[in-house]
Amino acid sequence: MSDDLIKTIFGRLTLESFPIHEPILVGTFIMVAIGGAAVLGALTYFKLWGYLWKEWFTSVDHKKIGIMYIVLALVMFLRGFADALMMRAQQAVAFNGSDGFLPAHHYDQVFTAHGVIMMFFVAMPFVTGLMNYVVPLQIGARDVSFPFLNNFSFWMTVSGAVTVMMSLFVGEFARTGWLAMAPLSGLDYSPDVGVDYYIWALQIAGVGTLLSGVNLLATIIKMRAPGMSLMQMPIFTWSALVTNVLIVAAFPVLTAVLAMLSLDRYVGTNFFTNTGGGNPMMYVNMIWIWGHPEVYILILPAFGVFSEVVSTFSGKRLFGYTSMVYALIVICILSYLVWLHHFFTMGSGASVNSFFGITTMIISIPTGAKIFNWLFTMYRGRIRFELPMMWAVAFMLTFVVGGMTGVMLAVPPADFQFHNSLFLIAHFHNVIIGGVLFGMFAGVNYWWPKAFGFKLDKFWGTISFWCWVVGFWVAFTPLYVLGLMGVTRRLRAFEDPSLQIWFVIAAIGALIIAAGIGAMLMQFYVSIRDREKLRDFTGDPWNGRTLEWATSSPPPAYNFAFSPVVHDLDAWHDMKSKKAERPTTGFRAIHMPKNTGAGVILAGLSTVFGVAMIWYIWWLAAVAFVALIATAIGHTFNYDRDFHIPAEDVVNSEDARTRALQQAGV
Amino acid sequence: MSTTTQTAPGTEAPSYYDLDEHEHPPGASTMLGFWLYLMSDCLIFAMLFAAYGVYGGSYAGGPGPKELFELPLVAVNTTALLLSSITYGFAMINADEQNKAATLRWLAITGVFGAAFLSIELYEFSNLIHEGAGPWRSAFLSSFFTLVGTHGLHVTFGIIWLVTLMVQVARRGLEPANLRRLQCLSLFWHFLDVIWIGVFTFVYLLGVLR
Amino acid sequence: MTRRLAPRHATRPAPGRTPFVRHLAAAAALAVLGGCNTVVMRPAGDVAVQESNLIVWSVVLMLLIIVPVMALVVVFAWRYRATNTEASYEPDWDHSTGLELVIWAGPLLIVIALGALTWVGTHTLDPYRPLARTAPGKPVAANVKPLEVQVVSLDWKWLFIYPEQGVATVNELVVPVDRPVKFTMTSSSVMNALWVPAMAGMIYTMPGMETVLHGVLNRTGKFEGRSGNYSGAGFSHMTFWTHSVTPARFDQWVAGVKRNRWQLDNATYLKLARPSEKVRPIGFGTIDPALFKRVVAMCTKPGTSCMENMSHAGPAVNDRPQRTDEPEGALTRDPSQKGESPHSTAPQGKAPGATDPGAGNRDMTMLDIPALRRVNASKEA
Repeated sequence: MSDDLIKTIFGRLTLESFPIHEPILVGTFIMVAIGGAAVLGALTYFKLWGYLWKEWFTSVDHKKIGIMYIVLALVMFLRGFADALMMRAQQAVAFNGSDGFLPAHHYDQVFTAHGVIMMFFVAMPFVTGLMNYVVPLQIGARDVSFPFLNNFSFWMTVSGAVTVMMSLFVGEFARTGWLAMAPLSGLDYSPDVGVDYYIWALQIAGVGTLLSGVNLLATIIKMRAPGMSLMQMPIFTWSALVTNVLIVAAFPVLTAVLAMLSLDRYVGTNFFTNTGGGNPMMYVNMIWIWGHPEVYILILPAFGVFSEVVSTFSGKRLFGYTSMVYALIVICILSYLVWLHHFFTMGSGASVNSFFGITTMIISIPTGAKIFNWLFTMYRGRIRFELPMMWAVAFMLTFVVGGMTGVMLAVPPADFQFHNSLFLIAHFHNVIIGGVLFGMFAGVNYWWPKAFGFKLDKFWGTISFWCWVVGFWVAFTPLYVLGLMGVTRRLRAFEDPSLQIWFVIAAIGALIIAAGIGAMLMQFYVSIRDREKLRDFTGDPWNGRTLEWATSSPPPAYNFAFSPVVHDLDAWHDMKSKKAERPTTGFRAIHMPKNTGAGVILAGLSTVFGVAMIWYIWWLAAVAFVALIATAIGHTFNYDRDFHIPAEDVVNSEDARTRALQQAGV
Repeated sequence: MSTTTQTAPGTEAPSYYDLDEHEHPPGASTMLGFWLYLMSDCLIFAMLFAAYGVYGGSYAGGPGPKELFELPLVAVNTTALLLSSITYGFAMINADEQNKAATLRWLAITGVFGAAFLSIELYEFSNLIHEGAGPWRSAFLSSFFTLVGTHGLHVTFGIIWLVTLMVQVARRGLEPANLRRLQCLSLFWHFLDVIWIGVFTFVYLLGVLR
Repeated sequence: MTRRLAPRHATRPAPGRTPFVRHLAAAAALAVLGGCNTVVMRPAGDVAVQESNLIVWSVVLMLLIIVPVMALVVVFAWRYRATNTEASYEPDWDHSTGLELVIWAGPLLIVIALGALTWVGTHTLDPYRPLARTAPGKPVAANVKPLEVQVVSLDWKWLFIYPEQGVATVNELVVPVDRPVKFTMTSSSVMNALWVPAMAGMIYTMPGMETVLHGVLNRTGKFEGRSGNYSGAGFSHMTFWTHSVTPARFDQWVAGVKRNRWQLDNATYLKLARPSEKVRPIGFGTIDPALFKRVVAMCTKPGTSCMENMSHAGPAVNDRPQRTDEPEGALTRDPSQKGESPHSTAPQGKAPGATDPGAGNRDMTMLDIPALRRVNASKEA
C-alpha cells in the first residue's frame, strides 16, 4: 500500500503512537489490561452482562444514573490520584541535578491530566451524580424531567472520560496545563495529538454536562411535589438549582472557546494565534469566564450537602434558611464578575484589577454568612458525630483557611507575588479538597444508606476520615510555605536543595491521603460484606428532615407510591412530628419511562467521532458523524417511550415496606 | 401539579399524601427544557459575537468588510430567512387547527426558504474563499466565518429536523408528541431568526458603515 | 527562594516596614514557617516589601473573623455534642434577625476595609506606574530616570537588553542597587512571566504585546529570578540570577560586557530564539537598538512585515499575516503531511541537555551560540 493510502486510512496514527518505549506506561497498561480482563471475565463468568445492560446501562432511572456517575467519579479519582502521587514523587526526588524519574514530555502530561481528570471527570460527575440521585427524591418527584436525556448525558460524560483514558496508551495527552492556554495549545507549539485529546474529551463530556444541567433545572422548576414552594425546597435542592443555572450559563462559554481553539487547530483560523490578528489573551479571558463559575458549580452542591448534614445531625432546623438561599443567589451572580482575578498579572490597569479584586472579596461575604449559619445551626443543637457530621466539621475548619488564602490572592499586588506559585496550588486544593471533596464524602456517607439500604462501616470510615484530614494538611501546608519561598507551579526539577524537605513532607502527606483512600475502599468493602448487620429498615437511619427519607431504602423505581404533599420546610420532619399516616392501600399503576440503549449508542458513536478527529482519520469521522445523526433521528421515531408499573407490583413493594417498618418497630 | 389535596378548609387535618393523583401528561417540562437549551445556545452566539467584536478590526493586512460584503445579496438572504419564520408561523397555526395537509405544505415552504438562505450563504462563502478571503486570512475573517457559519450550521440542523418532523407528521399526524416537537422547532427557528437579525445588523450593516 | 537568596550581602536593613508591621509579619508568617527562607515575605526591594505588607495586613484583617469562627466551631461542636444533655437544646430555633445582621455585617465591614486597602494598594503598586520612591522616605527625584531594561522571554531563556548601555545578556540580569528599573517586556513565542520575587511581583510576557514592570532592589546581592508561567518542556530551568550591585560595579560590568565581541543583531536573535534550555549566561557587546521593537511587532523573521503597517483600522494586537512556515489547519493538509510534525512523537531516550547543562536540550535544536565569555557580574556578586 502506498504511504498516502495508509495515511488516508489511519490519519496520523502510526505504530510509533503507542508508547511502548515508556516503561511506566507499559507497566500501567499491563496492569490495566490484567485488571480489565479480570473484570470482564468475571462479568462474563457470572453472566452479568445482560443484567448490567438491562438494569444499569440503559436505565433511565435517576437513582441508577446518579450511582453510575459516582462510580465513574471514583474510578477516575484513582487515576487522577495516581497522577498526583507521580508528581509528588517527582518533585520530592528531582534535586541536586537529578531530573527525577519523569522526563518533561511525560511529567507535563501528568500534571495536565491530573487537573483535567480531577475537575471534569471526578468533581463534576461526583457533583452531578449526587444531584441526580438526591434532587428528585428531595422534591418528591418520580424521576427527572427528561429521563432519556439523563442517561444520554451520563454516557457522554463517560465518553469524555474514555477519551482521556485512551490518551494514556494511544498517543499522548496535552502538555499545556489543565486549561490549555493559548498560544501554547495552538498548532504552532502543540502540534501533536495531546491538545486534540483535550479538546474532544471536554467537548463530548461538555454536551453531557450541559444537558444534565438543563434537565435538573427543568426538574426542579417543574416537578416539585404539590405544595412545595421555592422557599420550601430543601437547601440541597436550592444549591442544585443555583448550580445548574451556573452550568447552563457557563458551559456554553467553554464550548465556544474550545470550538474556536479547534478551528485554529483544524481549519487554520486566527483566533488565538500569535499571527494573523489573533489574540491569545482572548482565550485566557474567555476560558476563565467559564472557569470561575465552574469553581462554584463544584462548591455550591458541597455547601448544600453540608447544610443538610449539619441540620440533620444537630437535630435542628437550618439556621437562617432564607439568608442561605440569598447567599447562594448572590454567589451565583457574583461568580460571573470575578474572572479577571485569575490573571491580574496580565497587566490590566489598576482600576480594572481592583474592581475584580474587590468583587472577589465581596463573594466572601455570602460565603462567610453560610459558615456562620452552619455554626448557629450547631448552636443549641444535639450534635451526633456520625461520619457525615465529622466531615462537615472538618470542612468548616479547613475551608475557612482556604477562604482566607483566597482573599489574600484577590488583592492584586499580593497576587503578583502569589500568582502561579505553589501558594496558589495550596489555596485551591484547600478549597477543592477541603470543600468539594469533603462535601462529596459527607454526601456519600450520608446518602449511602438511602441508596443501598445499609449504613457505611464507621470504623473504617473514621480511619479514612482522619487519614484524609491529616494527610491533606501534611500535603498542602508545605506548598503554602514553598509558595512564600517563591516556587512556582508545574516545575519538574529544582536547583535549590533547601526546598527538598518541604517536597518530601508533601509527598508524605500524599501517602497519608493514599492510606485514606485505601481505608475508604476498605470501608465500602466491609460495609457491603456486613450489610446485614448494618441494614436499615426504616428508610430514615439518621432521623432525617427532607423527603428522600420518607421512602424506603433503597427507594422503589417509582420513588413515591403517592406524591407527598408539602406544608413546611423540612417536609419529612414536619410529617413525622405531625404523625402523618403512610397510606397502605389504594395503590395505582404508576406511569414510568422505559429504558433505552440509545444513550449508550450515541455516546459510543461520539467517542468514535472524537477519536477519528484527534487522529485526522477523516473518513471515520464522517462515517461516525453521519451515524450519530442517523441514530438520533432514528431515536425520535420511537414514540413508545413509557409504560405503567402495574398496581400489583406497587402493592407488593409497598407491602414489603410496611413489613420492614413493622420489623423496625416504627 | 395537582394541588387539590392540600390543606382542606375547616378543621380537617392536612393531608400529607396525594391519594388521588392524576397521571402527569408526558412532556410537561419539554418547552421549558428546550427554552433553557436555547438560552445556553444563545450564550454560544454571545461568545462568538464577542469574538467578532474584538477581532472585527484585525484585518492583518487583508480585506475588510467594505471590500467583501455584498449587501444586496445579504438582503435577499435575510428576506428569505425572515419569510421562512412567517411561513413557519402559518404552519403552526394550521397545526393548532389540526390541519395536517396545510401544516405539511407550510413546513415544506419553510424548508425551501431555509435551503435558499443556506445556498446563498454557501455561495457567499465560496466567493470569499475564492477571492482569498478565507477564514485563515485574518482574525476578522476567522470570527466572521465562525459566527455566520455557526448560524448556518444551526439552520442546516433546523432543516434536517424539519424534514424529520414532516415525515413524522405525515406518518402519525398531529398528535400531542408531534405538536410538542413542532413547537420546539418553532422556538428554534424563530431563535435563529433573531440571531440572524443580530448578525445582519452587527456584522454586515455596521461592518459596511465603519 | 533559596538559601543563596539570603541577605548575605546585605548592606542595609530591609526598608519599608514599621516595627509594628514587622512584628505582625514575624508573628503571622515566620512563626509558622520556622527558620525557612520566605523570599516573598522578606524581599529585598521596596515594591516587593510593600506587597508583603499588603499580604500581612490582609491576613490580619481576615484573622479578626476567622479565628473566632474556628474557635466557635470547636466550642459548639464540643458543647452541643449529643452526649452532653446539660446543654440547652432548641430544635426549632432557626432565626434571629440580630444575629443575621451581625453575620452579614461583620464580613462586610472587613471587606470594606480590605477593599479600601486593595484600591489604594493596587493603584500605588501598579506595575505600569513609575516608582515614586525607592524606599520609605526616599522619593525618586524628578531628574532620576529609571534604568531601562527590555526583556524578551525566549524558549526557554531570558534575553535582557539594556538600550541605554547598548549591551544585552541572556539569563543574567544586573541592576544597580537603589535605582528604579523599568522593564519593558514581550515574548518571542508563548506566554511567560518575569518574576524576581525579591524585587517585585510577576507580570506576563506575551507575544506581540508589550507589558511594563517597575521595580527596585535595595540591597546588593544575588537573587533568583524565573518564569512564573508554564511555557513548555524547558520551563523548569527558565531561571536566571539577578545581581544587585553598586553603581560603580554596574558601570564596570557594562564596560566588561561591551568588550564582548558578540553582537545581538537580527540573525543572532533568530538563532537565540530557537528552543533550548539550561542556557548559561551570555553577554552581547553590541546590540541592534531596533531589535526589541521588531520582536514586539513580530517581524524578526526575514520576509515578514511589521504590524504597524498591517491594519486598516489602526494598530491591533498581533495584527500581521501568517508566515509561510506556520502550520495550516489540519483539515487543509494532504495525507503526506499527516504525522510529519517534528513534535508529534515523544522524544526517545535521555535528552542531550539532561546531564550537561547548556550543551543541548530535549527534542529541540541545540543552541547555536556558544556561551563564550561569562559575564563578569556573576563573579563579582
